[in-house]
Amino acid sequence: MILAIAKRELRGLFYSPLAWSLIAVVQLTLAWLFMIQLEEYLQFQSELITLDNAPGITDLIVAPLIDSAAVLLLLITPLLSMRLISEELRSHTFGFLLSAPVSMSQIVLCKYLALLILFSIIWLLTALMPLSLLAGGNIDLGRTAAGLLGLWLLAAAFAAIGLFFSSLTRQPAVAAVSSYGLLLFLWIINLSGSSDRSSGLFDWLSLSAHFRRLTSGLVNSSYLLFYLLLAIGFLALTIKHLDGYRTQG
Amino acid sequence: MKPLLAIQHLSRRFAGQLAVNDISFELHAGEVLGFLGPNGAGKSTTMRMISGGLAPTGGKIEINGIDLLEYPLKAKSSLGYLPENPPLYPELTVDEYLRFAGELRKIPKSDLARAVESVKNQCGLSDSGKRLIANLSKGYQQRVGIAQAIIHDPAVVILDEPTNGLDPNQIQEIRSLVRELGKTRGIILCTHILPEVQAACSRVMILHQGQLVFSDDLINLSRTQRNKLLLSLRNPPELQALNELPGVTRASATGPTRFRLEMHEQADATVIAQQVSANGWQLEEMRWEHEDLQQIFTRLTTSEVAA
Repeated sequence: MILAIAKRELRGLFYSPLAWSLIAVVQLTLAWLFMIQLEEYLQFQSELITLDNAPGITDLIVAPLIDSAAVLLLLITPLLSMRLISEELRSHTFGFLLSAPVSMSQIVLCKYLALLILFSIIWLLTALMPLSLLAGGNIDLGRTAAGLLGLWLLAAAFAAIGLFFSSLTRQPAVAAVSSYGLLLFLWIINLSGSSDRSSGLFDWLSLSAHFRRLTSGLVNSSYLLFYLLLAIGFLALTIKHLDGYRTQG
Repeated sequence: MKPLLAIQHLSRRFAGQLAVNDISFELHAGEVLGFLGPNGAGKSTTMRMISGGLAPTGGKIEINGIDLLEYPLKAKSSLGYLPENPPLYPELTVDEYLRFAGELRKIPKSDLARAVESVKNQCGLSDSGKRLIANLSKGYQQRVGIAQAIIHDPAVVILDEPTNGLDPNQIQEIRSLVRELGKTRGIILCTHILPEVQAACSRVMILHQGQLVFSDDLINLSRTQRNKLLLSLRNPPELQALNELPGVTRASATGPTRFRLEMHEQADATVIAQQVSANGWQLEEMRWEHEDLQQIFTRLTTSEVAA
């Protein structure tokens, strides 16, 4: 089956220390942030009770945690995605995949699937932290779910962008740098000129603007479509580019 | 009999330059086709096109009767390909890699373990299954490369320089493996090592500057060209005397005691021998000059191809 490609990819990721160390670093960092936020919340809990309309546990712990997780995902995506295709182009294994009875889209989708599975593992481990609060308090489950959904969609879009840049070059480092470039740019694009009229477009293009709305509990199908379109678009570009590689040499 | 591989007018252009120019040939079951050519002649480009890794600029490729360009997945399922550089994943073990190659070639799960085992036996990898490919020697990596190309028992096998980096014993093993495989399949052996073609192939084609300049069965190659006689005489006469021998059209000296006689088609070499000894020229050596593969190759690939 063609899933063999995804299986081998995951094997490659997990046989090297890269995937493990990245998962460990993400977990450690998030756990540390989670702990600090929890501590602060406990410190100010007595004062919060006296306030009307006080921010709850979800505002003060869960939302910032998911926000930090998104930034961390942005930072690790290029490291995980850079090798996916460029390494195959460099070590001549791409011709081997092409000589097998699989199509270009199957190859690309399998690679994407492998990365998505790895991200889902990281996502699941991240989700366990806010969910652990259920043991001692009440969190806004709807808002947490919206935030986690946003995080997963964001990861799916990140992965497609990283995969695309990996298909452009034989040098994994170049692929990583270019994915950092685009990811960071799309992350901060809405920071520019909030007053002028073009900001509407920038806001719409921004990866973070849609994500912030999702973490605030606002689920709109257009946000979901934005991430899905982004992922599908970059996957299509990857397939198109690699087909061009076959025709142009 | 239907050919396993039919190539018609295949061309490939790179940035305006024709790397492969209008090649047509067929490959039948039981044939080992030696694909020769100097470096840069377009051998690997042709092989990449047949394996589906490169789209041709023009022409048609049929594998087992199925058009590669129209039905790539179906056509590629009866193809095994070893590229110039063996396509290996260093982080996998030999077993894992071969299993992956088998899955990729759609071998049913129930047959996979058996296919891996039998291909390991064929390629002399029985004891290396648990070893990491990164730690294998070049020769063993090459064997793994060959194993992945034949694991799914394809009808057409393309081997691009399979003996690259092997020691003489391993080269012998690979050659006999190729001959063995060639009994029932069609094999293209791409190489620039001439003895390899003579040892393993039944037919030879020479590619030069993107064009097919020679194609013949190896058996014909040893039969033809019986019209030049090489002589070595201890007591040579004048060249004119040799010219007057019966059946000789032209005599030329290749050294102080060595001569080449160009003969009529039906000329009899025994008559020459008798005449030489009767004249007291003291014959030391006499043999037909065969134009062997080396000479054909040199003749065809050092000249410019007529456009």
